[in-house]
Amino acid sequence: MSTETNQTAQQGDGKTPLLEVRHVSKYFGNVVALNDISVGVSAGEVTCVLGDNGAGKSTFIKILSGVHRHDEGELLVDGEDTHFNSPREAKERGIATVFQDLATVPLMSIWRNFFLGSEPTKGAGPLRRVDVRWAQHTMVGELKKMGIDVRDPDQPVGTLSGGERQAVSIARAVYFGAKVLILDEPTSALGVKQSGVVLRYVAQARDRGLGVIFISHNPHHAYPVGDRFVILNRGRLVGDSRKGEISRDELIKAMSGGAELEALEHEIERVLDDAPASG
Amino acid sequence: MDKQPMASSGGAPATTSTGVAPPPPTPAGDERLAQISPMARILRRPEIGALLAAIVVAIFFWTQNSLFLKLDGIANWTDVASTIGIPAVAVALLMIGGEFDLSAGVMTGSAGLMMGILATEVGMNIWLAIVLTMIAAGAVGFLNGYMVMKTKLPSFIVTLGTFFILQGVNLGVTKAITNQVSVSNIDLASGYSSAQKIFGGNFWSPHDFQITVLWWIAVTAIGTWVLARTRVGNWIFGVGGDANAARNVGVPVMQVKIGLFMTTSLVAALTGIMIALRLASTQAGQGVGDEFQYIIAAVVGGCLLTGGYGSAVGASLGATIIGMAFIGIQFSGWNTDWRFLFLGVILLVAVLVNNYIRKRAEGARR
Repeated sequence: MSTETNQTAQQGDGKTPLLEVRHVSKYFGNVVALNDISVGVSAGEVTCVLGDNGAGKSTFIKILSGVHRHDEGELLVDGEDTHFNSPREAKERGIATVFQDLATVPLMSIWRNFFLGSEPTKGAGPLRRVDVRWAQHTMVGELKKMGIDVRDPDQPVGTLSGGERQAVSIARAVYFGAKVLILDEPTSALGVKQSGVVLRYVAQARDRGLGVIFISHNPHHAYPVGDRFVILNRGRLVGDSRKGEISRDELIKAMSGGAELEALEHEIERVLDDAPASG
Repeated sequence: MDKQPMASSGGAPATTSTGVAPPPPTPAGDERLAQISPMARILRRPEIGALLAAIVVAIFFWTQNSLFLKLDGIANWTDVASTIGIPAVAVALLMIGGEFDLSAGVMTGSAGLMMGILATEVGMNIWLAIVLTMIAAGAVGFLNGYMVMKTKLPSFIVTLGTFFILQGVNLGVTKAITNQVSVSNIDLASGYSSAQKIFGGNFWSPHDFQITVLWWIAVTAIGTWVLARTRVGNWIFGVGGDANAARNVGVPVMQVKIGLFMTTSLVAALTGIMIALRLASTQAGQGVGDEFQYIIAAVVGGCLLTGGYGSAVGASLGATIIGMAFIGIQFSGWNTDWRFLFLGVILLVAVLVNNYIRKRAEGARR
């Protein structure tokens, strides 16, 4: 597996998407979790998957990352129909998922976390050992590319901020050859500034030629980095537009079920208008 | 996972920067990150508390009886410390991996008895008896680990079960075969003298250090090497710190944990064999309760009860403190019953200190 990403930064619409689903459905018993979803992401592009709680975002990610198998439709990697049997298979095909609960161990140092499961070694036989210096040096370099200056590679990850820990996860995924990065609500637990920092990492990953699928329920976070916006509602695709085709306000409206929100707005206004008159 | 993306040193950075946007404004050296002094670096080691405590305890008993720090005295307490320290290192690795083994103490008894019965009652060569005993110990460790991983029950409960099973077997089988609660005359078995030299002898006369001290140092060195410098060591920290996160990045969690249980059983059995060969006999009750001393040694040495943190050297320092206390109390002419009080106090202090360290290391965030 090469870690080189030879993709140029700008995506073309004619290119084969790195990862694509076509008419995918997923059932849990008699519950339709996803119904006829078609989404794709190309190199150097950020596809935002938006939706409120219960919209089917989690099920969608789990299909893409190999945790669940889809019941209907096709899952294509580089245009090739694929079924993932485990998250490991997805990872081997270059699809890395950074889950909400962060795949880092708080008590372990940054460099040990960065290489956990894929430690670089030197020497042979009983003297085969982890190349600590090289691992530390590489980790510091990789995080520097994300704009994080690690002074002490032995620092436990738990002492980093939430945003920095996201960055460690993202940097690790990129380093280990991910072509597609799936980010599950990376900003949901973060403050405003930290969210901005993570969005910057997303943009950087995109500029390095990765396809990014960014799952969020926050249109304010999705809009600045997204190239394409897909909106899920109750397991269905209710919107799919490119950046130029939709404004931020339209996106917010579409997400919350448009007409419903408008009706709610009018109602609130009426209540507010009536209040001084009656009192 | 054996293919490294870049296994050699000095490999080129892995990603090309194609059309990277202007680098984000990086603060010229984050001003919030204080420079780490060498002192702070030392203080961050898990075993530092145990080291300081060991020095204090040594000086204390030395003031009571100056023989304590003479070679003859040291030979005395390193004897006790080594037979606690050897299994404590394995227990520490297991605890770093996030699990417990309460059967480790009674395992020393089981191993001594099994070897003794095979050698005396069955008439086997002692070396063959040792090999069979180690195989049995490995199987017990495997069962411990397999049950814990399959049932997802706390290892505390599973190994408590093994503990009582082994204790029952030790008493029952020994009585049934020898009509006594002990196995003796192991020294009459063939191959005893060579095995005794390696596992139960002395060195450096006239001070007569026990050979177990050398084993102890070797086990500690191996444990330290594994934790600090091998891939498996990194996995041990990973599975203990957050098993799910470790699994997500491809660490074989089940194999690592079962391996740790087997290592603990094997090392405990080795200790039991050493004790039995030294005395040429074993009591059926041998080792019962010792598991707590191993755990205390590991915790005093900086291991967290919740896993993911600790060191092999720390566990050995913890064993040193226990050994010094046991012998020091004797040397000082006090009633030896006080040693349990001492153990309890030092355990509580260690847990409080570790708790504080953990909070700092985890940053109290999340």
